[in-house]
Amino acid sequence: MVRRGTSRRALAAALALGVPVALAGCGGSDGGSAGGGGGGGDVESLRVLDYYNNEPDKTVYQALLDACGEAVGVSVERETVPGADLISTVLQQSSSQTLPDVLMLDNPDLQEIAASGALAPLGDFGITAEGYADGVVEASSYEGDLYGLQPVTNTIALFYNEALLAEAGVEPPTTWDELETAAAALTTEDTYGLAFSAINTYEGTWQFLPFMWSNGGDETDIATPETAEALQLWVDLVGSGSASQSVVNWSQADVNDQFAAGNAAMQVNGPWQFPVLDGTEGLDYGVVPLPAPSPEETVVAPFGGETWTVPQTGDPDRQAVAAELVQCLNEDDTVVDLATERGTVPTKPALVDPVVQEAPAIAPFAEQLPDLRARTGQLGAEWPTAATAIYTAVQDALVNGTDPAEALAAAQQGS
Amino acid sequence: MSSVAERRTPASSSSADAGRGGRPRGLRSPRTRARVLELMFLAPATLYLLLFFAYPVVKNVVMGFQEYTTRTFFTGEAPWVGLDNYAAVLGSSLFSRALLNTVLFTVGSILGQFVLGLAIAVFFQRRFPLSGALRSLLLLPWLVPLIVTSAVWRWMLDQDNGVVNRTLELLPLVDARPGWLTSTSLALVAVIVVNIWIGIPFNTTILYGGLQEVPEELYEAGSLDGATGWKAFRHITWPLLRPVVTVVLVLGVVYTLKVLDIILGLTGGGPANATQTLSTQSYELSFRQFDFGQGAALGNVLIVISLVFAVVYLRANRRAVDE
Repeated sequence: MVRRGTSRRALAAALALGVPVALAGCGGSDGGSAGGGGGGGDVESLRVLDYYNNEPDKTVYQALLDACGEAVGVSVERETVPGADLISTVLQQSSSQTLPDVLMLDNPDLQEIAASGALAPLGDFGITAEGYADGVVEASSYEGDLYGLQPVTNTIALFYNEALLAEAGVEPPTTWDELETAAAALTTEDTYGLAFSAINTYEGTWQFLPFMWSNGGDETDIATPETAEALQLWVDLVGSGSASQSVVNWSQADVNDQFAAGNAAMQVNGPWQFPVLDGTEGLDYGVVPLPAPSPEETVVAPFGGETWTVPQTGDPDRQAVAAELVQCLNEDDTVVDLATERGTVPTKPALVDPVVQEAPAIAPFAEQLPDLRARTGQLGAEWPTAATAIYTAVQDALVNGTDPAEALAAAQQGS
Repeated sequence: MSSVAERRTPASSSSADAGRGGRPRGLRSPRTRARVLELMFLAPATLYLLLFFAYPVVKNVVMGFQEYTTRTFFTGEAPWVGLDNYAAVLGSSLFSRALLNTVLFTVGSILGQFVLGLAIAVFFQRRFPLSGALRSLLLLPWLVPLIVTSAVWRWMLDQDNGVVNRTLELLPLVDARPGWLTSTSLALVAVIVVNIWIGIPFNTTILYGGLQEVPEELYEAGSLDGATGWKAFRHITWPLLRPVVTVVLVLGVVYTLKVLDIILGLTGGGPANATQTLSTQSYELSFRQFDFGQGAALGNVLIVISLVFAVVYLRANRRAVDE
């Protein structure tokens, strides 16, 4: 299979050589393209794999990829798969040696895929991560080498229903104490004060991290009083009836549905929910940064978003062009457009201000950028084990009523 | 052409043909030809079995002894680890939990599906207006895709706004909202109930078919001797239905042991692993944690359990027939 693929590629390349190629777009709009605009050369098209399979992302990224393809002088053959299927698709392609030329990965998955040897270090193509926030570079690196570039990020914040808060005369909370009081005051017969996701997947872990980290907890050892306190907060919120017992079964999309339907006055969620909420009639909502444990402490939240990589396809020419495409996706102008359009935060701190001016809704998320932390920053490819232990402990405490400290210790040992 | 000649040979062997000097050998010999033909007819089925049954099973057994991770897919290297995967899987605190859940889930589902399925099948033996239409409507749960089924049930069983709890609230003496999918004690029950609902059509259809095979005269003769109602069922229907019952139960156990989508859709194995079974745990290991070696090891354990059940049932059935 490998050989047949290669020879077909060689044939395509040979055909392309005989055709005079007009590289009008090459090196035009992409100011600082790596390698000084070697351009498409004999590479005619690049295969791209990502999981932006829903609107509006699907269209937005298609336009972006097409524009960058034109800039580096290739056409883009794009494949999108559902988010849950991306890794299994990548694994299949790894074993059949059919990896795409440009691959998008969710940032916590990068180190595991890089560890398998399937990705090319971007340094080989002269790409550096200058100007990016440290946490972002950390997540896209493995053993000191940079393997991906991530243009934009997102994180979670506190959404609140303006009408319900005004009715109850409650201000958006900024500390844990205020959060508990506000949630209790907002809880009525039909409405819970707060909704969040404590599901038994990595999503549940992702939602718990800002509480754990802001309180000084750490994933290298979760059996600490700091992490136990954070878990106690969740236990209290559910135990007092301010949050539904169903949080243990809700994904973030379910949480958003509850919030949009008015079943919860506040929710912990991310900016990717804007389109759904904006499309909900009669819902006015605001967003503030997540509450901190106390007024003196800052919120440390995990960052989300996807990073663009160049897999080892065994064809240096194609890889070089692929690297140019990745670089193009991370150009300043592109990032600003993308962030504004999609409600995401640029990963280069210098670009945050222009975006917030154009899209003020991003401000609460952007505010957390300097302190955003990578999930794989400490444990790298071992992160999934810790992530599993965290959601296991959260479920144990919320469902079985196990004491948070005991639940965390048990989960850490069991995994 | 030659076959005509050969067929004629025995009749005239002593005369002209004998002068041709010996029988045709090799491929032309009729016995060899028949053998080759047999093999050619066998080949497609054998190839199919080897490719789609033997290969996956052998591969799964082999994977169980390897460290098979994301890395393996790119490098092709899967180091042998002996029994490490089995030790890790069987030694995990989750294993006994998942095994118990698997047993409870299977027994509960089969019991419910079979009893209700049989009751409905017996009920539809009577002819009444619209019985045909109602019987075909019963098939509906079987026709709905399982992911849709689990999504709708998950919605109905929601603790706060689900139709089940909202209906319960209207009843007198009920003032709590049971957490069907959020409490450890109820989640397994809820999952079993949904699986029973899904399995009833299968049981009803097969058992109804079996009931149609029982000759009407037996009931007439029985009623003359005073065997009606329960007695008729006990002494006429049940003994004659036994072969069908065995088929339904064996298939039911094998289907239920490997149920994955319903549990994933309803609870994802939660809350706090309350509905984790061997199959969901194996899925979790392989496709969420990407530890395919351990996932395969657990999958093999599940296959062995299925085999044991199948053998036990088949032997019990054979003994029953022998008697």
